[in-house]
Amino acid sequence: MTDAAPAPDRFSRLRARPEGFEERSKALTARRYARERRFKALGLGAILVAMALLLILLSSVVRQGYGAFWQTYVRVPVTLDAAVLDPKGTGDPEVIGKGNFQKLIYEGLFGLFPEAKARPERRQLTRLVSSGANLILRQKVLDDPSLVGTTRDVWIVASDEVDQFMKGAIARDAPPAARPLKDGAIAAIDRLEADGRIEQRFNTLLFTQGDSREPELAGIWGAVVGSFYLMLVTALLSTPLGVGAALYLEEFAPKSRATDFIEVNINNLAAVPSIVFGLLGLAVFLGLFNMPRSAPIVGGLTLTLMTLPTIVVATRAALRAVPPSIHQAALGIGASKVQTIWHHVLPLALPGILTGVIIGLAQALGETAPLLMIGMVAFVVDAPSTPFDPSTALPVQIYLWADSPERAFTERTSAAIMILLAFLILMNLIAVLLRRRFERRW
Amino acid sequence: MSLVLIVLVLAGIAYYLGHRRSLRIAGGRIADLHSLPGHYAWYAALLAAGPALALIVLWSIVSPLVLRWATIGRLPADAQALSGPRLDFLMQDVARIAQGLPARGDVTPGLAQAGAFYGSLGTASTLLLWLLVLVLAVGGIYLALRWIAPDLRARNHVERVVRYLLLAAAVISILTTAGIVFSVLFESLRFFNRVPVTDFLFGLHWSPQTALRADQVGSSGSFGAIPLFVGTLLISTIAMLVAGPIGLLSAMYLAEYASPGFRNVAKPLMEILAGIPTVVYGFFAALTVAPFLRDAGQAIGLDVASESALAAGGVMGIMIIPFVSSLSDDALTAVPAAMRDASLGLGATRAETIRQVIVPAALPGIIAGFLLAVSRAIGETMIVVMAAGLTANLTVNPLAAVTTVTVQIVTLLVGDQEFDSAKTLAAFALGLMLFVTTLILNVVALYVMRKYREKYD
Repeated sequence: MTDAAPAPDRFSRLRARPEGFEERSKALTARRYARERRFKALGLGAILVAMALLLILLSSVVRQGYGAFWQTYVRVPVTLDAAVLDPKGTGDPEVIGKGNFQKLIYEGLFGLFPEAKARPERRQLTRLVSSGANLILRQKVLDDPSLVGTTRDVWIVASDEVDQFMKGAIARDAPPAARPLKDGAIAAIDRLEADGRIEQRFNTLLFTQGDSREPELAGIWGAVVGSFYLMLVTALLSTPLGVGAALYLEEFAPKSRATDFIEVNINNLAAVPSIVFGLLGLAVFLGLFNMPRSAPIVGGLTLTLMTLPTIVVATRAALRAVPPSIHQAALGIGASKVQTIWHHVLPLALPGILTGVIIGLAQALGETAPLLMIGMVAFVVDAPSTPFDPSTALPVQIYLWADSPERAFTERTSAAIMILLAFLILMNLIAVLLRRRFERRW
Repeated sequence: MSLVLIVLVLAGIAYYLGHRRSLRIAGGRIADLHSLPGHYAWYAALLAAGPALALIVLWSIVSPLVLRWATIGRLPADAQALSGPRLDFLMQDVARIAQGLPARGDVTPGLAQAGAFYGSLGTASTLLLWLLVLVLAVGGIYLALRWIAPDLRARNHVERVVRYLLLAAAVISILTTAGIVFSVLFESLRFFNRVPVTDFLFGLHWSPQTALRADQVGSSGSFGAIPLFVGTLLISTIAMLVAGPIGLLSAMYLAEYASPGFRNVAKPLMEILAGIPTVVYGFFAALTVAPFLRDAGQAIGLDVASESALAAGGVMGIMIIPFVSSLSDDALTAVPAAMRDASLGLGATRAETIRQVIVPAALPGIIAGFLLAVSRAIGETMIVVMAAGLTANLTVNPLAAVTTVTVQIVTLLVGDQEFDSAKTLAAFALGLMLFVTTLILNVVALYVMRKYREKYD
């Protein structure tokens, strides 16, 4: 090849470039790269927007709600007058329980402001403390009847207006018509504050009380217990049903039209809006079977049907992840199908199944619409003692409080949301940890 | 309840006896038995508990019906002539009398007699049930112990029962669907008996208030659902306008650009949006977004309703973002790497590859994801219940208050209502529409995904 004459450049005509080609192609490439950068920035921007929205959502809830964990109390010297509470000195809780504790609290309050004699002034004073404070005082005295006849300083729950004023939600300089507290009340608060008789303390009532018309006394305990029963019923029913259905479809079902139908059906059920499950619960469980309205048992049944598809899908995935060699080894040494599954496949798939169950339950815990349909929106004060008693649930309580106009209820709604989210985060965390801890690579 | 516990205890005893019996028969040589002792034990337990539990379930369904039917026969003639809810009310009183509770209505001597009869019959029925169940359970144990023999194929029997139980669990899903279809369809048909289907589907006016007395104004109410459909579509469209671009773009970034580390952080964070309960979004929409939009509108001179479709739809869009994003992400990552590499090898930039190669290949999956997201938006309830309007308003103005199908279902059914009025039944008709729409969207989405997915491998 070395001695041959150089071949004529056959590509010279192709390589010949028109005038200004280099510049134009460089400009084109630059444009394409610019477009590439724009596109990439757009994608990143979309993710950042989604994150920002999440942040706004969470921060607005926290900002509105953290105040609800504190509650204003007023220290009032209350004379637990035996002549009022227990004139005959019986010590009988039934007699004491009927006493007029409200009057005792008000008298103690008037004692702090001896100059307030006229009725309008006194009415301003009575509005400082919660109109349900007597119930808490009553419980305190019933727990310790020896208090009767003594005078002591008692921390009395302040009314929601005072609470909001102390937290700065009611502006002092707002025009008097626009604020719920009159000038007299504000002056009284200032004096109490100067005397160290008004204080914000951690709000235990929020965690121990049921629902109430008075925001300062409203708590989530009833709703938490209701949600607990809901989850209990749902978990007890949906786990065996869901795992059973998945086991059948994955391990036993013959490939037939009937099996296909069941599969398609489960997939479709996952896409049915939750409110339709509520209609089913209303028509079938309440209408047909005459089950008790507003009870967690009915809610649990409805939520069971709703979580079933989630659990079935997760369980099937977990079962499929168990390698066939395990099956074959067990079958090869003479185990029956049921023994193979019970002794080998199911234990290996268990972490995946549990993860699916927990995620399904977390969905059910946040679900509201079907519960509205079966009447779990009633105003229920006491926590239910069995799954057959009327009750609310945590998300329903949030819905009910969000509808109330008082500023203090908005605050409590946000607090309840934080508690609900805390439960959900906890459940999901457990699911993630389970997956991390027991995940196996075959 | 206590009867069920007794049966379970008996089953436990049967398990123990069956186990002992099988060992005794084997005489120490377990290999002579057809099945393991545990199988014989389960065999005995199943024979003891199965028929007894089945009878308890059957009895609890049938006996109230029989009781009711027998008691109605004993009621005074005028009470027997009653029908529907009024008879139900009367029968509830009869049951209360039987339990010794004060009746809510008037107690006539005939009613008191019926109550006494109901009570005694109920006691008799319970006694009979206990007797039968105990006989069945003990008889089951006896038979099991007699039948246990070295050549009894206990394992096969037990495993067949297990199989049937699993099949029963799988069939529950079918029963659920059937339950939805029948309950919704049945009540809807009753509704369409009173209100013609055409009025419902094509009527332009929705005001479901029916008066208590026939002579009041507006006693009939009107059930034209078009405003609801338009409102639902408007809010869903707004939601998709928010969720579609954000979801799709973020899926493209996550699937094609993001480093594995970024992806592992960003994806779970997006999923958090999907895990937040809808009632929280509703609260956010009603108390944060809606007032903000109203104030912003006022600042630039626009009249925004405080329950505007924009607030509800926008927040719903936020909720749907992860839905669109993860379904699109699945579709994009399913495109074979060979196509991506070929396009890049020809000198295309990543953006050109995505737009001209990957997205067209993943289009069926993306479209299916969008359809599923739309079906989510249509069926979403809490956000619109809390943030959208209650009165039907035929408009496509996103700044006005509109109402949706789900809002109306909730407002029609929440609170005290009689089970029979057109108002209540209308909710089921709306539920039927909702169910059918979402079902069609779901089926179409699956069809698109299967039919148009190109096979690359």
